[in-house]
Amino acid sequence: MAAEITIHLVKTFPGRAPIRAQIRYPVEGATVLILFGPSGSGKTTILRSVAGLEWPEEGTIRFVSRLWLETASGIRVPPQERHIGYMSQDYALFPTYTVAGNIAYGLSHLPSAERKKRVDEVMELFQLRGLEQAKPRELSGGQQQRVALARAVAPRPLLLLLDEPLSALDAPSRLHLRDELRSLLKQLALPSIIVTHDWAEALTLGDVMAVISAGEVLQVGAPIDVFSRPQNADVARVVGVETVVKGRVVEATGGMVRVSVNGTTLMALEAESIGPDVFACIRAEDVVLEQGRASGSSARNHLTGTVQAVTMLGASARVTLDCGFPLVAMVTRSTAEEFKLAAGLVITAAIKAGAVHLVSRQGD
Amino acid sequence: MNWVAIWVTCKLAGLTACALLVVGLPIAYWLSYSHWRWKFLIESVIALPLVLPPTVLGFYILLAIGPHSPFGRLYTELVGHPLPFTFEGLLLASILYSLPFAVQPFAAAFEQVDRRLIEASWTLGVSKLQTFFRLIVPLSTAGLVTGAVLSFAHTMGEFGVVLMIGGNLEGSTRTVSIDMYDEVQALNYAGAAKTALFLLVVSYAVLLLVYAVNRNVWAAWPQK
Repeated sequence: MAAEITIHLVKTFPGRAPIRAQIRYPVEGATVLILFGPSGSGKTTILRSVAGLEWPEEGTIRFVSRLWLETASGIRVPPQERHIGYMSQDYALFPTYTVAGNIAYGLSHLPSAERKKRVDEVMELFQLRGLEQAKPRELSGGQQQRVALARAVAPRPLLLLLDEPLSALDAPSRLHLRDELRSLLKQLALPSIIVTHDWAEALTLGDVMAVISAGEVLQVGAPIDVFSRPQNADVARVVGVETVVKGRVVEATGGMVRVSVNGTTLMALEAESIGPDVFACIRAEDVVLEQGRASGSSARNHLTGTVQAVTMLGASARVTLDCGFPLVAMVTRSTAEEFKLAAGLVITAAIKAGAVHLVSRQGD
Repeated sequence: MNWVAIWVTCKLAGLTACALLVVGLPIAYWLSYSHWRWKFLIESVIALPLVLPPTVLGFYILLAIGPHSPFGRLYTELVGHPLPFTFEGLLLASILYSLPFAVQPFAAAFEQVDRRLIEASWTLGVSKLQTFFRLIVPLSTAGLVTGAVLSFAHTMGEFGVVLMIGGNLEGSTRTVSIDMYDEVQALNYAGAAKTALFLLVVSYAVLLLVYAVNRNVWAAWPQK
């Protein structure tokens, strides 16, 4: 049997949509599953059920060959026996313990020499040297996050569960720590499940992504596929970014970045700590269609493309273009009629540099 | 002042506080974390000594441990003498009488502990019992001190229950408050005044300690 994670659960709440989730995906080495959805969609409940902190009324949770929950046969493995690493949104560091004490907390089964060695090892890996004796309240947000992660991985868990790992940080450190977290996850070579509502985090960190809305799993797939090929309108609405394409940074000058996407050049604003390999992400609302080369537009990108498909959605229309890469634009119905948009028409798409969001990705 | 009575009283109060630390902790833990829907029934029973006249409580305890009850007969058979009117009997009654004074501050302190910390401990493979001693107790020290000190002070001044269960035996069940009552009966107001002052000072000191611990005045001192 291939190594797999199976999550199937039903949980009802008074006054809220019930959760009926079904996710099944193969794991190997360091597969990262993203549970993506708006707040209140039930993604945290799913994560907590995998951790054993929440008990669904009905369901099965299986991790590779271990059965953690099977309500039909009354199997309910407590969190202590699941060998997981769990990090909650606010890190939940133990205030009465030092940094070293927090990390050693889950290692009490080891003899003291081995415990000390493991704490040292983990402190090194998470760059926490020198903070051994600090109390959690003396740490910055980023340091707290690293301690929480170090504490979770110290007992060598089988599976790592992270609930909104970056949401408690301010925006600049979030961007920096997103890349740091990705390289740490790769180093740990540990399968993980990460809950997030941030599409950039989903793209950077995830190998598999499950889109969750109102307690249901709408789509499971590679993040780039989910973003660029949403199964239905609900998924598109939840993810909110219609165009996600792989690109490579060619040049960065004067605050602008030149990105090559499948032979087409895109200009974007320079972002901090971006590697050469990126995802270029564009929301459909940010793409303006022009007939011919309109003058007076301040947009830095003018792409010529062929219309592939036009879908009318009430007062607006969703247009798929081929500009060397697939690009989705959202225009009003009247614009679509004025331009006589139809498959085969050649048209110009204008996109401001600020509307092209770059998110770093793992190189191919 | 009757130093024998003071010694008996301090011994009784100290042992009661220690016993309540042992008995009160699991009860308080259960009250804080149980989701049982009928929990309020138990909560009310534990709070009863707060409102019940001590003589009523003493009367029922006397019946329960007396030679006509199954428990009383068993105790007499095992130990050789009945439980009422002994120091041990008095201790048992004091524990029951002071139970809410220990359990309520304990439970309030446990409820203050962030649930997410407890869950983090569980996911690190630490059992519920270990989590209790390694995480919950250190985070609840103020509540534990309050509960122990309050039950100590409450036992120091008890009168009705002592009279019902302990009688008035010099050296084993005559506590300060009983001694003071005897002095007043004998019109020895000077002796009673000394004992009264002693109880007043002890009670005030105890309350000072409780409020200081809970206001965290020590935090004004440099941290270790």
